[in-house]
Amino acid sequence: MSQPTLTHVLQPKWRTALTRMRQERESGGRGKLLVLATVGLIFWAAVFGVLFRVLGYFKGVEEIGALLAGKLLSLVLLSFVSVLLLSNVITALSSFFLAKDLDLLVSSPVDGLRLYLAKLGETLVHSSWMVALMAVPIFAAYGIVYQGGWLFGPFAMLAFLPLLVLPAVVGSTVTMILVNVFPARRTRDLLSIIALGAAAGVILIFRIVRPEQLARPEGFQNLLDFIAVLRTPTSPFLPSEWVTKSVMSYLSGPLDWLPVYLLWSTAAVFVTGGVWVYGHLYHTGFTKAQEGAERFVRGGFWNWSLGAALRPLGAARREFVLKDLRLFFRDTTQWSQLILLAALLVVYLFNIKALPLFRGEQVPFFLVSVVSFLNLGLAGFVLAAIAARFIFPAVSLEGRQMWLLRSSPLELRAMLWAKYWVGTVPLLVLALAITVLTNVLLKASPFMMAVGVGTILLLTLAISAMALAFGALYPQFETENAAQIPTSFGGLVFMMATIALLALVIVIESVPVYRYLSASFEQQPLTVTPLMVGSFALAAAVCITATIVPLKIGLRRMEEFEF
Amino acid sequence: MITIEKLTKKYGSFTAVDDISLHVPSGTLYGFLGPNGAGKTTTLRMIAGILRPTSGRIRLGGHDVADNPMAAKAKLGFIPDRPFVYEKLTGAEFLRFVAGLYGQDGQLVERRIDELLEVFELSTWKNELVESYSHGMRQKLIISSALIHRPELIVVDEPMVGLDPRAARLLKDLFRGFVSRGGTVFMSTHTLEIAEALCDRIAIIQGGKIVAAGTMAELKSQHAAGDVGLEDLFLRLTGGEAAKELQAVLEA
Repeated sequence: MSQPTLTHVLQPKWRTALTRMRQERESGGRGKLLVLATVGLIFWAAVFGVLFRVLGYFKGVEEIGALLAGKLLSLVLLSFVSVLLLSNVITALSSFFLAKDLDLLVSSPVDGLRLYLAKLGETLVHSSWMVALMAVPIFAAYGIVYQGGWLFGPFAMLAFLPLLVLPAVVGSTVTMILVNVFPARRTRDLLSIIALGAAAGVILIFRIVRPEQLARPEGFQNLLDFIAVLRTPTSPFLPSEWVTKSVMSYLSGPLDWLPVYLLWSTAAVFVTGGVWVYGHLYHTGFTKAQEGAERFVRGGFWNWSLGAALRPLGAARREFVLKDLRLFFRDTTQWSQLILLAALLVVYLFNIKALPLFRGEQVPFFLVSVVSFLNLGLAGFVLAAIAARFIFPAVSLEGRQMWLLRSSPLELRAMLWAKYWVGTVPLLVLALAITVLTNVLLKASPFMMAVGVGTILLLTLAISAMALAFGALYPQFETENAAQIPTSFGGLVFMMATIALLALVIVIESVPVYRYLSASFEQQPLTVTPLMVGSFALAAAVCITATIVPLKIGLRRMEEFEF
Repeated sequence: MITIEKLTKKYGSFTAVDDISLHVPSGTLYGFLGPNGAGKTTTLRMIAGILRPTSGRIRLGGHDVADNPMAAKAKLGFIPDRPFVYEKLTGAEFLRFVAGLYGQDGQLVERRIDELLEVFELSTWKNELVESYSHGMRQKLIISSALIHRPELIVVDEPMVGLDPRAARLLKDLFRGFVSRGGTVFMSTHTLEIAEALCDRIAIIQGGKIVAAGTMAELKSQHAAGDVGLEDLFLRLTGGEAAKELQAVLEA
């Protein structure tokens, strides 16, 4: 029997992608495309701009300029490889073992080679597209600064492509081995904890070693030692090092083709090895992946105590809140993100603590107050990101069960209410903790503390409401993975709207804060003027409007949902 | 119990349900038949208040679903054809949650949960996550959830899909018992033998329109069908002659 081509096996994937694009275009997705393109271009321009300046500076440094540029590239590529390895392991679990099309594909008479290559390709595209897009401005900056010419683009692609293939093969092989040891669902839980724990650990270690100290000239003891370290590659066996070598040899000569041969031949050997592993391990693993759903649950004490605490809410709201909490804490892919969140918060506070504000004898009051005020914007942004991850998907996640909610006499208002408070209360605790702790660390004045606490309280209520409303306006009912929902177009619009709100509130409050600071600077007593009161009242009104209006719009949108 | 007046549902230019009117009296088991894509599920989902009609009215026990949805839905238990439930809740937690949606809690609900799980042979699975349930077990759990608040009316879409013969028999007995105690069941099904054996009245929908409605005897006399079974009647009304050509295709 003749075997189908690889393109044919992958047909449902690319056809779905094409249809989705066509539907977007037909449903007036032009504006959406424009927003996405603009945001993407701004991001690209920022990465390109920063790197262009850094490389320009390196190029001006005699002797070690090219070495520094090479070292930077190898570090960037090494971090790409680590990210790719992790994301390939996790993606391979879905595409090789949990995807819905597997029953059809595995039961059809398609040979192992084609299935493996199809699934490997799918894994590669899903886990590497972001890294590949990120690489474009990086290589562009190298090509332009070192005058690589128009052939540099294709050459960089030639060198970079195997670097995407290798982690995909290694990642999917690791997954195949893991699934043979643990059941697939357990493996997913395990991996999400390990991945997030590792990411959190790296962030913490990176921050706590205080890399900014390395930039200080007194950090170098011996220039020759430094150059020697720069000349040694991190490891001559790392593919990221081969890419660096080939790219830098192309840019600063003489051109060395050996690393490119090494990259492509290694990729070919790895894919062949991958096919062999697939042939030996896949079927057992796939069979195991069909079993192993979690059966037992714990947490009787929490159920009992929370149930009692929520009794005054009435049966419908209480059961809704309890249900949402149970679903969150029983889904490892959801709660494990809290590990990363905790690490980021520690880093946030550490950064505030590490600010070089208290070097002199006298505490720079003006600077502390400005930092304390602007910190509101930063804290607001952090809260928006958290809301995007945990509150924004709340409505979408009800999609498949909406038949139950809509056919019962539960008022959608009660559902929205439950979802709003389940998201808002923890966010509020977090917001107040961040603001109070940062202000204590900054030794801010009671006035700044009061402004900070009051503003963040109102902002949190608004951010939470907006997350829920935008989630209802841009629902993703078909997505099973909650982590993918915030990266949708609606998530982007929510973040942009929140940033606009933060900017507006900060601009409004800058009027009274400026008055307070100038009065303190001139060592005069602060007189409360109608303008100050009016500004605070306006900021509060903006936040309250940004809470009530989105909730109303969200509710109306939910009432219009059809399933 | 159910009164449908001039009900229409359009999806863009496509009319899924086209100006149908129907009355389902209390205490009847009413079968709703039709070929694939005829508009059965759309009609049922409008009755359950999940879809909004483009035009027309639905009353459940005298309450208009559009004007007084809470009162109408409080009387209803809905069983969909595709059982999507919260995977990370246990069977008991799911039933408690549904009871909560109808404003019920406490010892009565706990006792009812135990009764229903016992009836559907799910007692040993009571405290296990739904994600470990088979398709049939999920279907049984959803049927239990539709009964948890003691509804007056059950609207059910393809009830026998995924059920083993024991559970299918149990469900038939349960529906008959429910109707004999004054309850009403409105059921869509493809299984014509079940409809013929179980239903007091039958409506057949084709292309979004009701093409026949009444008792089995009334349908036969309306369509001069003589002593034919429901299957032949169904095929005649829904243009099922094509099915007879199947043999030729298979043998070609």
